[in-house]
Amino acid sequence: MRGFLPIVIAVAALATVPAFVHSNVVLNFLVVALMIALAGQGWNILGGYGGQYSFGHAAFFGTGAYVTAILQVHYGVNAWIGFAAGILAGAAVGAIIGGLAFRAGLRSSYFALVTLAFAEVLRILASVAPITGAGVGLLVKLDLRAQSFQFQSRAIFYYVILALVAIALVIAQLLERSRFGTWLIAVRENEDAAMALGVNAFAVKLAAMVLSAAITAAAGCFYVQYFLFIDSGIAYGTWISIEALLTPIIGGAGSVFGALVGALVVKSLGEGAKLIAGDVPGLDLMIYGAVLIAVIRFAPRGLVGAFIDARERLARRFAASRPPVREAIRG
Amino acid sequence: MSKQKMPFSRRRFLATTALGAAAAASGSLAMPSILRAQGAGVKLGLLHPVTGALSYSGQQGRIGATMAVDEINAAGGIKALGGAKIDPILGDAQSTPDGGTAEVEKMNSAEVSCVVGGYASSICLAVSQAAARYDLPYVVDVGVADSIVTRGLKNTFRFGPGFGVIAKTALDNLTTINDQAGKPAKTVIIVHEDSLFGSGLAKLLNAQLPPKGFEILETIPHPTPTRDFANVVLKIKAQNPDLVIPANYYNEYVLLARTMQEQHVRPKGVYSVLGGAASSYKFVKDFPDAAKYIMDCNHWFNPKSAKAMELKKRVEDKGQFFTYELYLNYSAVLLVADALERAASTDRAKLTTALENSTFASPIMPYGPTKFVNGQNQGAAPVSTQVLDNDIKAILPPEFANAKAVFPMPA
Amino acid sequence: MLSPLILISAVLNGLMTGAVYALVALGLTLIYGVLHIINFAHGALLSAALFAAFFAFQKLGLDPYLAAFLIAPAFFGLGYALQRLVIGPASHGDDRNMLLVTLGLAVLIENALLYAFRADTRTVDLAYGFASIDLGFTFLAVPRAISFAAVFFVALALWLMMILTDTGKAIRAVAKEKLGAELAGIDVAHIYAMTFGLGTACVAIAACLLIPTYYANPRAGNAFVLVAFTVVVLGGMGSVPGALIGGLVIGVVESLAGFYFGESLGQVGIFLIFIAVLLVRPRGLFGASA
Repeated sequence: MRGFLPIVIAVAALATVPAFVHSNVVLNFLVVALMIALAGQGWNILGGYGGQYSFGHAAFFGTGAYVTAILQVHYGVNAWIGFAAGILAGAAVGAIIGGLAFRAGLRSSYFALVTLAFAEVLRILASVAPITGAGVGLLVKLDLRAQSFQFQSRAIFYYVILALVAIALVIAQLLERSRFGTWLIAVRENEDAAMALGVNAFAVKLAAMVLSAAITAAAGCFYVQYFLFIDSGIAYGTWISIEALLTPIIGGAGSVFGALVGALVVKSLGEGAKLIAGDVPGLDLMIYGAVLIAVIRFAPRGLVGAFIDARERLARRFAASRPPVREAIRG
Repeated sequence: MSKQKMPFSRRRFLATTALGAAAAASGSLAMPSILRAQGAGVKLGLLHPVTGALSYSGQQGRIGATMAVDEINAAGGIKALGGAKIDPILGDAQSTPDGGTAEVEKMNSAEVSCVVGGYASSICLAVSQAAARYDLPYVVDVGVADSIVTRGLKNTFRFGPGFGVIAKTALDNLTTINDQAGKPAKTVIIVHEDSLFGSGLAKLLNAQLPPKGFEILETIPHPTPTRDFANVVLKIKAQNPDLVIPANYYNEYVLLARTMQEQHVRPKGVYSVLGGAASSYKFVKDFPDAAKYIMDCNHWFNPKSAKAMELKKRVEDKGQFFTYELYLNYSAVLLVADALERAASTDRAKLTTALENSTFASPIMPYGPTKFVNGQNQGAAPVSTQVLDNDIKAILPPEFANAKAVFPMPA
Repeated sequence: MLSPLILISAVLNGLMTGAVYALVALGLTLIYGVLHIINFAHGALLSAALFAAFFAFQKLGLDPYLAAFLIAPAFFGLGYALQRLVIGPASHGDDRNMLLVTLGLAVLIENALLYAFRADTRTVDLAYGFASIDLGFTFLAVPRAISFAAVFFVALALWLMMILTDTGKAIRAVAKEKLGAELAGIDVAHIYAMTFGLGTACVAIAACLLIPTYYANPRAGNAFVLVAFTVVVLGGMGSVPGALIGGLVIGVVESLAGFYFGESLGQVGIFLIFIAVLLVRPRGLFGASA
């Protein structure tokens, strides 16, 4: 249970935010940041722990979003059921893409490119298919009641997304301590060696993909409930594929909190850049791009990685200051 | 974008961006009292996608809106409020609905009385619903999707026409022009961009053209952006329609027109509906030959209005083009100012009521009498234009026309 | 519409657009083949080059085809500097970090263009911009024909450079086996930078060939990126002849798919090929075995 303590503390701390922050500006910012963190945590399972970098996580985000939107708009299905269906649909798409890609033995950049291509195919299909509203998109009816998974108060949306992120954090923590997690990390470190040791790399990667897809799909479903509008560019656009991979990498891929830290930092960076740049178009994003490059320059293993490095360095310095005799006795 | 506005609004930003708000919420940054002293005016949120894919349109919209604000302030501000100046709070929607939503939150927390802008329908949808949470009145500048005003949101107003009205007027005008020329046109090919505006319009055209006696040979969707129109033009050439009806954004429209010229494809008429470049001075200036005789049914200003011509000259003297985003935003801000005068208050509820009852007639727009029903101005209408003599002339309706249609296109 | 003449026109159109794709992909395949990074900044660099071509015409009165001789070396220098000073140091040699750095660069460059030049679309109106050769069943636009021919020259020049010059050999060595090349005394950082520079120069040439019929704005290059990736994958990562042939094939496929399924849906054809190649023969037509 000890390993879960950081999660409990972090979630509890975040849960208190609406109690003393009433600004909807901040709440909206946090809701969006947490949604991106959720999508990123999904990516993290496959990319951070599994080492399979996907450039097309929009495929899952968009599928979750469209399925829940289509069910609500065209079939009058309840939003919560739609939410569950969206997650399942996302997982199914993950299984298909993963099955095809891993069966073909695709790795690293080839895998990345194929996921990109799948996301593009889905985007194009969604932009012409009548059921997705084609170019027009889908508008979910405004119905601010809990049973429609819509809320008047932004704080409630915040609690919902926080709960989802908490679940994703717990999943990552359970993964780290499970045998499945060990296999996954082994595959990441050296797939051939893992296979030689008897790990069924295909099954492990596929399972990670399905889990990853399900989590990111949940973020997509949430998007629809929060913004009530979806179209092919929003659902399957490269923007979400990029955010889903950017945030865990910046935060620290392969760590429980990487995606959360990354999302909060990256989004705050965006806001900070706007503060500095003011109204001049383009300047804030220039700053954003420059800082991104700087972060990678100085914290290549992400912020969590940098934090761990710093902690270790401090520990070593502390240990080095101890008298050597004691160290020798301790062995 | 006037340079001297920058330091002023940057301070606004400090108060209104999330970090500022968070810092203020945690008390670590005391709200400078100097802000309060300067903020005696009426706060108006101006929200446009000035970065991202729609940045050109967003920037044009912002120019139009800020020109109106400057004019109103120079003329003495809102007299009913003791000459209070309009204090514009500029927002960047970053060409996405979530960007727009975040800006509305900031504007709300900056206590704006009203928000104007949005531009793209998907952004307008998000902005209207975000603003509705606070009963914050919102005036759409361009966004033509009918869904924006049919969701039952009491806070949302649109001064300009939606695409139902635009499509209908376009077709009525087309029929008139065709009839007047002796009905030379029967067959049509529609070329449209495949997102919300193009697809929505194409659907309406497909439903309404056949009953008017036109035969649609093909409806050709294309993505935005499209790199090349050679095949689209090949299909047009192969089927030789009397009319080509494009509905797309500026860049694609230009590529289409240029490719048609390159391939010597000259139908009897090119009649766009919300054509991206068809009624754009930039297009006419850059490609006079490709632009000749092209007709459009689009947002337009009243060419018979002296005020409109004065505004046009002012804009052109600054080296800008007088585009629809500009004058639609200009009018929207004037609409809000008029409502502020009548409400004699910055209170959102009173302002909303004033907008509902507004009969404000924009001095520069070719509209019928203003009347808002469910937030939509019933007097709003598009104008049919044609590129003639290296200039864009209005050809219909007659009360705003300053030229006669030339149809079919001379060989 | 199945008339053979129309079909031939469509194929011809495909070849013309394919030539441009090939040129954009040439730069990308080199960078990919040697640095093993998916250069996210490629589209932004193309946009920057389009602006350069535009300004060369507008301010210096230079015809784009002539401006290429000026802009390509300039962009070579830019690419070299970017890799040597920004991407290389920032990425610590890790492929994944390089990817993120190019992403950051893409955002930086695109918005720098927006900040500096605003968002309006710029076009050049050349005297021969609309000139076309009458082939009877269709008109072949002169600028497109020039691009088509130019691509073969550039590809040939690049290929010869790779085979005959020391730098070219060094580049191929590093692409094949970085450690071995390093041990043999090749300055890998310099080669990386040379490759990036060459790739960027190719993009600059593509821009000069494009500007007569296309346009410049901060996002103009983005439209070509995914297609360029597809060409790289089809042709084989790192293969110059692959990029050329792959480009032409993709151009024709896109054209025919667009013709039969519509411009919007037809784009799917490109990505289905992309996926098929990756699943069945990832090394593409001419690439080295994975």
